[in-house]
Amino acid sequence: MQTTILYIGRDTEITIVMNRLLNARPEWKGICVCTDEEAVSICEEQKIDLVLLGNGIDQNCEEVLRAKLLSIKPNLKIIQHYGGGSGLLYGEIMGALG
Amino acid sequence: MSQFILHKENTRGHANHGWLNAHHSFSFANYYNPERMHFGVLRVLNDDLIDGGMGFGTHPHDNMEIITIPLAGAIAHKDSMGNSATITAGEIQVMSAGTGVSHSEYNALADEQLNLLQIWLFPNKKNVTPRYDQQTLDVEAMHNNFQQILSPSADDAGVWIQQDAWFSLGKFDEGFETEYKIKKAGNGVYAFVISGEVTIDGQTLSKRDGLGIWDTDSISFKANTADAEVLLMDVPMELN
Repeated sequence: MQTTILYIGRDTEITIVMNRLLNARPEWKGICVCTDEEAVSICEEQKIDLVLLGNGIDQNCEEVLRAKLLSIKPNLKIIQHYGGGSGLLYGEIMGALG
Repeated sequence: MSQFILHKENTRGHANHGWLNAHHSFSFANYYNPERMHFGVLRVLNDDLIDGGMGFGTHPHDNMEIITIPLAGAIAHKDSMGNSATITAGEIQVMSAGTGVSHSEYNALADEQLNLLQIWLFPNKKNVTPRYDQQTLDVEAMHNNFQQILSPSADDAGVWIQQDAWFSLGKFDEGFETEYKIKKAGNGVYAFVISGEVTIDGQTLSKRDGLGIWDTDSISFKANTADAEVLLMDVPMELN
C-alpha cells in the first residue's frame, strides 16, 4: 500500500526536489507545498500518513500548523525533515513509520 | 560512569555506485539501520571515494551544518551563495545550510581519486542565513596534538558552525599518550580513526573505526602505530 507523505517547505527549489524524491519510490506518494494554507487544505481532503516539515517554517508558524493539522487528523505523524534532500529522507520516513 | 558505542570499520553502511564508493558510519541515503541514526547531534559521517572528474551535481540542502574534510585530492565546489572554490587535502570546508542553499561538489582532478569525509550535524537553530567558509589547517600544530579545527565561535580556532560542537584533528607518533578534555558539560566525543591504530579509553581502534563516548568529562588516548591520525568530534548529546 502506498504511503502518502505531505511535505511543507518555503523554498520552491527544495520543494521541487522533494517532490521528485518522494515520488521516485513506488511505495510513496509525495505531495509537496510551500504554504500552510495549501497543507491544511490537502490534509482536509486527502489521506495523509506522514507530514514532513521542511525549511523556512518559523516556530510560531510551526506551532499553529501542527495544531491545525492535528485538529484535522489527531493521529497524524509530523516530523522535521532535515537536510533538504535525499541524504536523510529515507531514514526519517522509515524511522517515523516504524 | 562513562558509556561508549563502538562502530567497527566493517560494520559501516556501504554503497558502491561505480564513480562513488561510499561508507556510511550512520544511516544515509538508502542505508538504513535504526541502531545507527546519530551520535548526539552528529547525524552523518560519510567516507567517500570519488573517481576523477566525477561528483555530485547541483542539489539543495537546508537546516544542516555540513563539514567536508578532503583526505586526498581536491574538491571543486560551487554554490548558490556565489562561492566557487577548490578545497584540497589539508583544508576544511563548512556550509551552514540554514534556510536553503544549492551546491555542486566534484572531484577537481581528472586522473586522481578524491577521498573526503563529509560530516553533517543538526544545527542548534533552524532557518539561519546560509553561510560558507573554508580554511587551511595548521598541519604542524596537529603533530602529537589534538588541534581544534572547528568550534561554535567565529573568534575561536578553526571554522565555526551553528552548534555547540568542537572538532579536533591530530597526527601522532607511536606511543604518544594524551588526554582530551570534553569542551562542554553534556557533550560526548565521537572519535574516528583516519589511519593507524590507537587506544581510546581502553578500546583498541583501527583505521576507519569509530568510537562514541559520553557521560564523561575526558578521554584517554594512546597512539599504537606511527601513522595514527584521529578526528575527534565533541558534540552535544541532546538533540535540540
